[in-house]
Amino acid sequence: MIAPTKYEAVIGIECHVELTTRSKMFCGCANEFGGEPNTKVCPVCLALPGALPVANKAAIEHMIRAGLAFGAEIPAFSKFDRKNYFYPDMPKDYQISQYDMPLTLGGSVRYWLDDGTIKECRLTRIHLEEDTGKSMHAGGDGRIAGSAYSLIDFNRAGVPLMECVSEPDLRSAQEAVGYLEALKRTFVLLGVSDVKMEEGSLRCDANVSIRPVGSTALGTKTEIKNMNSFRSVLRAIDSEIARQTEILESGGRIVQETRGWDESQGVTHSMRSKEEAHDYRYFPDPDLVPIEIDAALIENLRKTIPPLPAQRFERYLSEYKLDPKQATQLIDNVPLAQYFDEAVAASGNAQQSTNFVLGDLSRLANETGVAVQASPVTPAQLAELIELVEAKTINSKIAKELLERMWAGEGSPKAMVEKDGLAQTSDAGEIGRFVAAVLAENPKAVADYKSGKTNILGFLTGQVMKASRGKANPALVNELLRKELD
Amino acid sequence: MNELVRRSAAEIAREVGAKRLSASEVTEAVLARVDEVDDRVGSYLTRLHELARRSAQRVDERVAAGEKLPLAGVPVAIKDNMCLTGTRTTAGSKILENWIAPYTATAVQRILDAGGIPIGKANLDEFAMGSSCENSALGVTRNPYDLARVPGGSSGGPAAAVGGFEAAIGLGSDTGGSIREPGAFCNIVGFKPTYGRVSRYGLIAFASSLDQIGPLTRTVEDAALAYDAMAGHDPMDSTSIDRPVEPAAAGLRTDLKGLKIGVVKEFVTEKLGPEIDALYRRAYSELTDLGAEIVEVSLPSADYGLATYYLIAPAECSSNLARFDGVRYGLRVEGDDVGQMYEKTRSAGFGAEVKRRILIGTYALSSGYYDAYYVKAQKARTMFAQDFRKAFERCDLIAAPATSGPPFEFNAKSDPYSMYMMDYYTIPMSLAGLPALSVPCGYAGKPQLPMGLQLCAPLFEEAKLLAAAHAYEQATHYASQLAVAL
Ligand SMILES: [Zn+2]
Repeated sequence: MIAPTKYEAVIGIECHVELTTRSKMFCGCANEFGGEPNTKVCPVCLALPGALPVANKAAIEHMIRAGLAFGAEIPAFSKFDRKNYFYPDMPKDYQISQYDMPLTLGGSVRYWLDDGTIKECRLTRIHLEEDTGKSMHAGGDGRIAGSAYSLIDFNRAGVPLMECVSEPDLRSAQEAVGYLEALKRTFVLLGVSDVKMEEGSLRCDANVSIRPVGSTALGTKTEIKNMNSFRSVLRAIDSEIARQTEILESGGRIVQETRGWDESQGVTHSMRSKEEAHDYRYFPDPDLVPIEIDAALIENLRKTIPPLPAQRFERYLSEYKLDPKQATQLIDNVPLAQYFDEAVAASGNAQQSTNFVLGDLSRLANETGVAVQASPVTPAQLAELIELVEAKTINSKIAKELLERMWAGEGSPKAMVEKDGLAQTSDAGEIGRFVAAVLAENPKAVADYKSGKTNILGFLTGQVMKASRGKANPALVNELLRKELD
Repeated sequence: MNELVRRSAAEIAREVGAKRLSASEVTEAVLARVDEVDDRVGSYLTRLHELARRSAQRVDERVAAGEKLPLAGVPVAIKDNMCLTGTRTTAGSKILENWIAPYTATAVQRILDAGGIPIGKANLDEFAMGSSCENSALGVTRNPYDLARVPGGSSGGPAAAVGGFEAAIGLGSDTGGSIREPGAFCNIVGFKPTYGRVSRYGLIAFASSLDQIGPLTRTVEDAALAYDAMAGHDPMDSTSIDRPVEPAAAGLRTDLKGLKIGVVKEFVTEKLGPEIDALYRRAYSELTDLGAEIVEVSLPSADYGLATYYLIAPAECSSNLARFDGVRYGLRVEGDDVGQMYEKTRSAGFGAEVKRRILIGTYALSSGYYDAYYVKAQKARTMFAQDFRKAFERCDLIAAPATSGPPFEFNAKSDPYSMYMMDYYTIPMSLAGLPALSVPCGYAGKPQLPMGLQLCAPLFEEAKLLAAAHAYEQATHYASQLAVAL
């Protein structure tokens, strides 16, 4: 975190996300990560002479759903353009992308920060394009310079990619990460992308400038290229803001340029080159007919949009009084959050539901490798358990035991309580007999207590609870013990 | 000359279908003809004797099994910009000189499925750019009516093969006149269907929005048969039209009664000299003899055709030909780095005309010139479509010259512009995407050499166009009045 200065940052993000579709963007090859190099290729994605692209409908529908989720406009007409440049990973030496008529326009992303503040960042557009292949440079240190030869794997060439371009509405690295996390959560929720960072399915560039607080004019921006983790985004933007601040403070001038992020050094470095003046010679791809989007299709897709993460987050904070960290934890596991919602609905108790879901149930899930929502514990059963605890029919120790048995598939906690007589007892006579027995068995403890070591009371309480097989009302046990000892 | 090689595709298919003749007999006769004359004509870049024999055997088996094949045993010359699995497919370029296609173009596959026999891959102007076939980097093709003259381009190879009885059907591609012009020069029928009627999948692209595969044949009936076999939607080509095809071969007629045929006011034939002017006047009066009414129509945009075409076609070709970079297939000339490898490969691999068009196209698409050139050309193109729509309000078909003169001698048109002028009469129809054909209409020059009459119909009116051309051909029989030179 940068110390507050008299400057504020203005940040816009362009991020690329690979879409989850069965086949690639313009051919029938499988859209799957990994595999032997060059096994998921065909004449189309290798751009063999004569091959032609045919647009993947599922990818277009994913784009429309993403746009609708963010309240974007879905124009009735859209088209594909060619972005021309030479690049060995790119089979056609042009990329099929969208230039002036993208599939979605505008919209905004609601996101939150660690402290629970809700923010909003406007989107310029989301457009659809295709991915390139991947080069490996052999016989050197992995970079192209000094390598003996290069190998190219075209398995990723032609994978559908959406590019989300934001407005410069972000003011800090934290906001940038919050925004990206919201994108990720939304895409996963919609099922349009699995956003697996380690597989490179989310990459982003950031435009960063700073200006004096209060100013509305934009400063000179730099573009940081190719960050592929939220951690790099955070560090790279912070480091770039610090660099720009230092330059301005010392009376210097920011140069508009492209900068790369060096993860190991923790600094950005200039990547300025002739490439920046690149003329992509965009023009409408004559191999692909324009995309016409039917209003009925949009309406049908709109029905498939679930409540968004930010909506759920706000509800968890305002209605359920969760803290932002707990809420985030739940939301980041969509099925778990759905389970949680059902448990709250069934029990009417958000606090206990949170405790069980994020506590014992998550622990059991970790221990057994079974997801909470896939376990035998249904939200309705959890609600029963919560009811037993709230009614003080059982204490927390019994609750824990019951939960383990429920996890093992023993079913209804109420039934177990009845069958095994586990209900908490507040019968003073019954508890009194346990107390007398425990005091008789522990003369040393009694003596210690009497000599002033009053904290031995906890031990004695535990012994009584044990003797009652956990059923005794702990408050009553305590009270009776004191009465006997004092 | 074996009499079998003179037979039309329709006759061969009928005889083979009726088992009075075998596909193998026809194939052997044609292969012998190829061996006898093609060293002098140079129609074929690759002869496919073995494949032809195997295919003929297979066709005979299919016929014996009772299959009805509309092109049973018909020998076919395939322009070498169409892929055929396992055969060298060069596009007439050094850059693909040794490239073996791993898949088959849809149009070619449909012809083979209908019983066609692949005799060879035929010569063409490099990447289909040219109007004389002199731009092939891999061989010279001569006009079968006068070996000192060009066969026309860019489908010079298949046109010469059909004109010289080395095949009954030639598969050509027409971008600005590349089927109609060599058709006229080789005294045969050259037919370009509506843009999108025949799949381009597997046709090595020159200008995607104009390229169209079509047949070159000795009779109109054969053109209709080939068209019926090839036309129709292909899911592999998103620009191919998904709309039922009216079969053309069944609707051929012998008169033109009730038809209004438009003659374009702006296509002044007087400029072409008295001999050619007289020839086309005679052709128009032959149309009236058959019962047609000649009306004058106007194409105000006519003179912008060349300029429009020579912006759009090079723009698209500059992008389409980017993939020939030495990375994945075809020629590679090593360099110190990847950039130099690109440069050396493309410098050595492409011929002068291809380089000229890539440069024009790159310039027309570059920022700062895009609006002035490419966008303007697209607007002009819309004007052509409108002009034709208006003209067709007054007539059913349009008649025009196919070329501005008879076949010329090699190297006669040394400056590019005079070569481009050859396509003056064919380009407007290409820009409007209309179906058009060239049918023999007499002779001009010294010695007397073939000329073609161009007929053009509204979009999707192929059947009407072929029916009328058939009537003209049956009444005049120009094709059979001139003997080939060998
Ligand atoms: Zn593929």
